[in-house]
Amino acid sequence: MYAFEIERPGTLADAVNALKGEDAQALGGGQTLIPTLKARLAMPATLVSLSGIGEMKGVCIGDDGAVCIGGATTHAAVVREAAAHYPALADLASHIGDPAVRNRGTIGGSLANNDPSACYPSAVLGSGATIITNARDIVADEFFDGMFATALDEGEVITEVRFPVPEKANYQKFVQPASRFALVGVFVAKYSDGVRVAVTGASEDGVFRWSEAEEALSRDFSADAIGGLEVSADGMIADLHGSSAYRAHLVKVMTGRAVVAAA
Amino acid sequence: MTSVSMTVNGKSVSGEVEGRTLLVDFLRNDLRMTGTHVGCDTSQCGACVVHVDGEAVKACTMFAVEADGAAVATIEGQANADGSLSVVQQAFQDHHGLQCGFCTPGMVMSAAALLKENPKPTEGEIREYLEGNICRCTGYHNIVKAIMAASGQDVAAIAAG
Repeated sequence: MYAFEIERPGTLADAVNALKGEDAQALGGGQTLIPTLKARLAMPATLVSLSGIGEMKGVCIGDDGAVCIGGATTHAAVVREAAAHYPALADLASHIGDPAVRNRGTIGGSLANNDPSACYPSAVLGSGATIITNARDIVADEFFDGMFATALDEGEVITEVRFPVPEKANYQKFVQPASRFALVGVFVAKYSDGVRVAVTGASEDGVFRWSEAEEALSRDFSADAIGGLEVSADGMIADLHGSSAYRAHLVKVMTGRAVVAAA
Repeated sequence: MTSVSMTVNGKSVSGEVEGRTLLVDFLRNDLRMTGTHVGCDTSQCGACVVHVDGEAVKACTMFAVEADGAAVATIEGQANADGSLSVVQQAFQDHHGLQCGFCTPGMVMSAAALLKENPKPTEGEIREYLEGNICRCTGYHNIVKAIMAASGQDVAAIAAG
C-alpha cells in the first residue's frame, strides 16, 4: 500500500476537525475502504479513523420509538442490540459479508460508501430512516445519489441513523456467493401510512424505491398484490453474475418473498 | 511512524508502525509471529483471522494502529499452558480437519470465536459461520466435523469427508 497517515480521534469534534485537513478521508470499519486502498482506487493522504469514538457507537431507542444507531456501530453490534427492537434490521445486518467483516464493518461506513449492492441502503430507504450527520439531518429519500454517491459533503460524518419501526418488515437477499453482497436485495416495510419497498443490487443508479409495488402493497399486503407488475430491465446492472433481465426478474421474486416472510 | 501497544496472547507488546501497516503485517513482520497467515490479502479467505478484544477479525483488513490498546489473540496462543492442544486444535487433528494447513490458523480462530458465542452450534450454523474462511483442500466436511466434536456434539451425521 502507498504511505498515508492515520489519525484516531476520541471525539466526534476532533474527527470533524481532522477531516478538514487536505485530502483527508473518514475510515469506518475499513472493510471496503482498506481493500480499495490496496488497489489504489482511493488514495487519501490522511485517514481519520472513527473507531475510537465512543459517542458514535451503540443502539438506543428515541422518544418517538425510533431505533437510533450510532454511525460507528458495527454490523455485529446491530445484530445483538437491535434484534429486540427492529428484528428485520438486525436480520439484514446478520447476513452482511461474513462474521469477521460484521465485527469491523459499520453502518455509517456502508451508507457513506453507498455500494449499489450493499444491504444497508435498502433498509434505510425502505424504512424512510433519517441520516444524522455532524452538520444536519438528511431524510433517506434525499440521501442516496446514485452509485457510490450520497448527499454527504466533503468531511461530513454520519453520526447516527434513525429508523422508524414498521408494523412488519423483511429483507430478502439473493446472495452473490463470491462477494456475499446482494445480487438483488429487497427490503419491504409496512407502516400504518403505507408500504415502502427498497431494492439494492439491481439498478445502475444504486438503491431505489419500487413505487408500483409500494402502491399495490399499500392496498393489499400480499404477494398476490404484485403478481401483475413487471419490472423493466432498463437501467439494471448486467455483469457475469446476472443479466439485467435476470436482475429485473429477481426484484419481483424477492419482493414477493419479503412480503410473505413479513406477513 | 506511530507507537502502538497492545497485548498479544496476554503478553504486552509495542512497536513503531506506519499508518498503512496492517495488523497482520505487524504480527508477522514486527513481532515475528507467523502463525497468522495471509492467503489473499483481499479480505476474502480468512486465513488471517485473529481475535481483537474477543471478536474475530481479518487481520489483513485492519490497521495496526487501530489495534492500539486492544487485546489480540492469535493461533500461537491457542494451546493450553502445558503445551497441549486446545480443544478446537485437538479436534482438528482428530478429525483430519486440514490437509495443507494454510487456512487452518484462521479456521481455528473462527471456530473458537463461534463456540464462544454459540457453544452448541448446528451443522448449518457452523457452515454459515465459516462463510468467510476458505479452504481449498478439505471440502469443509472434516472441518465441520472437528468443530462439532469440539463442541461436544455427535459428528456421525456430518457428511463423510
